[in-house]
Amino acid sequence: MSMAASIPTPGQTVGPFFHYGMEYPQAAELVPPRSPGSVQLRGTVYDGAGDPVPDAQLEIWQADEHGTIVRTPGGAYRRDGGAFSGFGRASTDAAGVYRLWTVEPGPVDGGAPFFAAILFARGLPTKLHTRIYLPGEAAHNDAFLASMPEHERATLIAHRDDEGRLVHDIHLQGDRETVFLAF
Amino acid sequence: MIGWARSPPSATLSRMTASASPPASASPLTQADISREIAERDDAYRASLDAGEQPFLGTSLDFAPYRSSVLRHPTKNPKLVDPESIELTSPAYGHHEVGALESDLTIQHNGEPLGERMVVTGRVLDGEGRPVRHQLVELWQANAAGRYIHQRDQHPAPLDPNFTGAGRCLTDEDGTYRFTTIKPGAYPWRNHLNAWRPAHIHFSLFGNAFTQRIVTQMYFPGDPLFALDPIYQSIPDQRARDRLVATYDHELTSPEWALGYRWDIVLTGPQATWTEPEEGDE
Repeated sequence: MSMAASIPTPGQTVGPFFHYGMEYPQAAELVPPRSPGSVQLRGTVYDGAGDPVPDAQLEIWQADEHGTIVRTPGGAYRRDGGAFSGFGRASTDAAGVYRLWTVEPGPVDGGAPFFAAILFARGLPTKLHTRIYLPGEAAHNDAFLASMPEHERATLIAHRDDEGRLVHDIHLQGDRETVFLAF
Repeated sequence: MIGWARSPPSATLSRMTASASPPASASPLTQADISREIAERDDAYRASLDAGEQPFLGTSLDFAPYRSSVLRHPTKNPKLVDPESIELTSPAYGHHEVGALESDLTIQHNGEPLGERMVVTGRVLDGEGRPVRHQLVELWQANAAGRYIHQRDQHPAPLDPNFTGAGRCLTDEDGTYRFTTIKPGAYPWRNHLNAWRPAHIHFSLFGNAFTQRIVTQMYFPGDPLFALDPIYQSIPDQRARDRLVATYDHELTSPEWALGYRWDIVLTGPQATWTEPEEGDE
């Protein structure tokens, strides 16, 4: 293969107008809202001034509640009532808030359960990978999470609010800057 | 042999950061101001290569000439982690999910959109050159006048009632995607005074692993705005920038119908390595 062909295609910012290109019906609903076993995952995306980011998009890719990664095609794009695909995306609203309806992922290969997540935004030159771990004992015992100081670890673990929702803010900069990942 | 750096070498990064803090200024930023900053970053990158540092073939997150990035780029290096099973897989799309007509942006309304009709096609490959099969490709763009249908774009170019500018398809067995659309116009924005984006089409792609996922922009060959554009320039290495420029292909052009452009996409994931080709190994 020639050198030019093997150079990977670099990313570019999603820009300000991604909504009409990337939104689709029920994109943020991996399961029907308020259905049995469902949970809302929500949070606010903040910039370095502490202001909400109203033009970001968060994608999640996850195992089902049993820790099974769905490999059967269908349901990720055309939500067909029932088929759980594991993929969802949500744009932030004017207050910088994203909301997804999903199930809590089960442990895959015995590891601490998490949502794999990618953030895009206007002003972000390319994607950012992160993880959103479920709160609880498993996260407490996870080797990767244990490898970092508490203030960093805290940026990767969701918390549960009084209404049972999973809440997870993302900070692009600042004291609480989210830990982003390279593989 | 050189390898992929996932972020610029730290020395390069700090030099780039140091040279790029936006000047406090009462008068509006001009293209000359932005071009000067871009040239400084270019010089710093070339110097890093001359000093024997690894090429950086990705996109700089910290690229101040793109002003909206100043408060939105992470300030810490990303944490290197072994991908877990979920990150090594990707959503699975079924054939029934995306309609065949969704890849033709010229038939979404009652009439024909204005502008230069074009076909853009290519293959989505992974770092080993294997086709990425049955994966979702999404695209969105301005119309021929450079106007997006999005309500936030209010610049005085006409909307086209026959053009929305969004489409999607799944790659086939060979990793090939194909769209019929209209060549977008250049687009003015407010990064600085008289800022214009080169004509581009936004693409969103899934690979065989979630780590390979990218959103990017495709450009057209020979655009005079490349040198002036802080988004295109946020990629420091010319070889990587060139990956975003489609090739005009007369074989794809059809008589009295549409111009043809070819654009292949290479997605790499974890453990991607690249080896300088041996002599005569083309």
